[in-house]
Amino acid sequence: MLEKADQLFVLLQHWVMGLVPAAWQTATGIVLAVVAIIAVYPTLFALAVLLERKGLGRMQNRYGPNRVGPFGLFQPVADGIKSLTKEDVVPFRADTLVHFLAPLVLVVAVFMGFAVLPMGRNMVLVDMDASLLFVFAMGASTELSVFMAGWSSRNKYSLLGAMRAVAQMISYEVPLLLSSVVIVMMTGSLSLEKMVEAQNHYSYGLPHWYVFTPWGLAGFVMFVIAAMAETNRSPFDLPEGESEIIAGYFTEYSGFKFALFFLGEYVGMFGISGLGVTLFLGGWTAPFAFLTWVPSWIWFFGKVMLWICFFIWVRGTLPRLRQDQLMNFAWKFMLPMTLLNLLVAAMWRFMGEGWLRWAVCTAVVVGAYVLMGRTGMRRGQIGPRSYRYAE
Amino acid sequence: MSIAFVLVSALTIAGGLAAVLLKNLVHCALAVSVAFAGLAFLFLQLDAQFAGFAQILVYIGAVAILVVFAILLTRGAESPKGESVFSRAWQAGLAIAAAVFAVLGWAILQGAAELPANAATPQVTVNDIGHALMSRYVLPLEIVALLLTAALIGAVIVAMHEKERAK
Amino acid sequence: MLGEGILKGLAETAKNFAGSYVSKERLTTVQYPEERVAPIEASRVFPFLVYDGGDWQAGLRCVACQICEKECPPKCIYIEKSKDKKPDYVGKPQIYPARFDIDVSVCMSCQICVEVCPFEAIKMDTEFELATDDRFGGLLRSRDQLAKSNEYYHGIHPTEAAEVDARLAEEKAKVEAKAKAAAEAAAAKAAAEPATPAAKPAGGESK
Ligand code: SF4
Ligand code: SF4
Repeated sequence: MLEKADQLFVLLQHWVMGLVPAAWQTATGIVLAVVAIIAVYPTLFALAVLLERKGLGRMQNRYGPNRVGPFGLFQPVADGIKSLTKEDVVPFRADTLVHFLAPLVLVVAVFMGFAVLPMGRNMVLVDMDASLLFVFAMGASTELSVFMAGWSSRNKYSLLGAMRAVAQMISYEVPLLLSSVVIVMMTGSLSLEKMVEAQNHYSYGLPHWYVFTPWGLAGFVMFVIAAMAETNRSPFDLPEGESEIIAGYFTEYSGFKFALFFLGEYVGMFGISGLGVTLFLGGWTAPFAFLTWVPSWIWFFGKVMLWICFFIWVRGTLPRLRQDQLMNFAWKFMLPMTLLNLLVAAMWRFMGEGWLRWAVCTAVVVGAYVLMGRTGMRRGQIGPRSYRYAE
Repeated sequence: MSIAFVLVSALTIAGGLAAVLLKNLVHCALAVSVAFAGLAFLFLQLDAQFAGFAQILVYIGAVAILVVFAILLTRGAESPKGESVFSRAWQAGLAIAAAVFAVLGWAILQGAAELPANAATPQVTVNDIGHALMSRYVLPLEIVALLLTAALIGAVIVAMHEKERAK
Repeated sequence: MLGEGILKGLAETAKNFAGSYVSKERLTTVQYPEERVAPIEASRVFPFLVYDGGDWQAGLRCVACQICEKECPPKCIYIEKSKDKKPDYVGKPQIYPARFDIDVSVCMSCQICVEVCPFEAIKMDTEFELATDDRFGGLLRSRDQLAKSNEYYHGIHPTEAAEVDARLAEEKAKVEAKAKAAAEAAAAKAAAEPATPAAKPAGGESK
C-alpha cells in the first residue's frame, strides 16, 4: 500500500500508457510527465505567492490578503484572473518581436530545468548523464531573456534593471557552480539521480545528507546565497528594486506577459530550490530512517516548500544590497570561499574515514570563514552598512 | 539525415546569417545566440551531452551576454543610417572565411576517410571526458588553464590601473 | 562576526511572525469597511459648500465671486454666475453660483480655495469615500452634491466652525450696527435739516 503511494504518479503514468497502442507509449509517457510538471509548478507558484504575501504581512504585523475566500485563500485566483484580463500594453518604441519573445524564452528555460530533477523515487522525466550541467545550462539561458526584456522595452529603468540583473547573474553563477562542484567531486557523477542515491543511506537513523559534513554545510550556505542572487530574491533584488527602478527589466510588461515573468521568476525559484534540495538535502530521501515509509515525493516537495519559506523569511528580514556591496560579496567573499571549499572537499576525500578529517575540515572551513569575515568587515567590503547621514 | 537535423541546421544557418546581415547590433547578438543554441542541439543530437550543455552554458550564458554587454557599454545598438552592413574590406573577410571553411572541411573529410566504415558510435560519458582530460590531454588542458589565468590577471591589472587613475 | 546581524534580524522577524498570531495588539490594521477609526478633526479631503438654514439653495454662502476658481492650482473648480440675485446672510442681495462643480479626480486637497474665499463659503470635508464607477460624470461633483449644512460643518470641524460662526456673527453685528447708525443718522438729518455734516458716521467703507 505504502509502496503504491510512493509510486503513485509513476503507476498512474504507466496505467495511462497502457491504454494507448504500444507505438505511442513512450510519447504518451513523456507528454503526461510534461503536463504534470506544467500543472504542478504553477499550482505551487500560486501557493508560494499566497504564502509570501501572508508571511511577509505577518512579519510586518499585518494580516496580509484576507478578503478573497476564507482567509484570503483564493487570492491567487483573483490575481490570476486580473492579470489575464488586463490590457497588454506594448510601448510604442519597443522592439515588438524581442519584447514578445522575452517572457516566452524565460518560461521555457525555467520549465526545462525540471526535466532532470528527481522529484521522487523513479520520478524523473529524463535521466541523463549530465543532468546537473543541463540545469545550469537552462539557468544560464534565463539571463538572455532578462536582457532581451530589458533592452527591447526601450526604457531606461528596464535597461538599468537588465544590466544589473545580468551582471549579478553572471557574478553569482560562478559561486553557484563552484559550490555544487563539491558534490560532483564526492559522487563522481553529474547525474542528479546518482547524487540522491549517494545520500540515501542512514546510520544511527540519521541520513547521509551532504549538508551534514563540513564542506557540505559550507557549500550549502554558499549555494543558498548564490541561489537567492540568481533568482533575484531580496536582499539581492537590485534588478527589480521596486523603490528605485520600478520592477527593472519588466517595467514595461503588463497583463499576461507580466504574469509570465512573475511565473518564470517563481518557477525558477522552485527549480533552484529543487536543485539545492537534491544536491545538499538528500533530494527525495526522508530525514530520518524511521520515516522512510512516507512517499518520497512528499519529502521532495516539502523540502522545496521549506526552502521557499526560508526565502520568504529572508525577504522579510534583510534590506536590499547596494551594487558595489553585491559585487564585493560575490568576488571577494563567495568566490574564495567556494574555491577553498573545493580544497576542503578534496581533503575530505583523501583523508579516509575517522574523526581526524572531521576536525581538520571543520577547522579549515570555520577558520577561513572567520578570517575572511574579519578582514572583509575591517576593510568595509562586506558586513553591515553604515551611512554617513543616516546614523 | 533526419528531419530534426535538417531543422536544427536550418535554424543554425539562419541564425548565423541573421547575425551578419541584421542592422541592429543587439539583434545580431541575439541571432548569434540562436546559432549557438542550434549548435548545442546538433551536439545533443550526436549524443554529446557534455559538449551540448557546455555550449549552452558557456556560449549562451556567458559569451552572448558579454557581447551584448559590450555593445551596450561602448556604443548604441543602432548602426549609423545609410551605412552598409558590410565593412569595406568584405572581400578579405570572405576570403578568410572561405579559407577557414576549406581547412575545416578538408580536415573533417580526411578524418571521415580514416574511420572504418560502419564504426559503432562510441558511448562517451562525462566520466570518460574527465579521465581523458586528466590523462591523455593533460598538457593541452594545463596550457589552456595557464592562458586563462594570464587573461584573468591581465583583466585584474587593467581594472586596477583604472582605479589608481581615478584616485 | 560576519552574519551575526543577519541571524539577529531573522530572529526578530520570526518573533514578529509568531507574535502576530498570539497577541492581538501587534496587529494594528483596521479592517476598513467593517471597522473604522473615529473621524479626525484636522483631516481634510475635498471641499464642500456651506449653507445656512434648512434650504441649501437659499442658504448657500457662496456669492460666485470666482476667486477660488482662479486660485485653485489645478483649476478643478467650474463656476457659472447666476443672472438674478438672492439675499446673503446679512440680507444684502448677491448673485449666487448657478453652477458650481469641482472635479474630484483633479482636486489635490490643498485647501487653497478655502483659504482665499472671503465669504467662508467653501470648507474642507472629511468624507473620503468618493469612489464611483462613473469615470466622467461621477467624479464631477455638482452644486447639490457639494452643498452641506452649517450643522454638518460643526459636526466635522467643531473648533474651526465655531470660529467661523463667531466671525460671521461679528461681521453681521457690525453691518447691522452700521445700518442702524446710518438709519439713525438719516433720521437725525431728517429731524435737523441744517445740521453740520460732522454728525455723519465715518462711512465709505461699506459703500
Ligand atoms: S482643495 Fe485645492 S485643488 Fe481642491 S478645489 Fe480647493 S483649491 Fe482646488
Ligand atoms: S466659494 Fe468662496 S471664493 Fe469661491 S466663488 Fe464662492 S464665495 Fe467666491
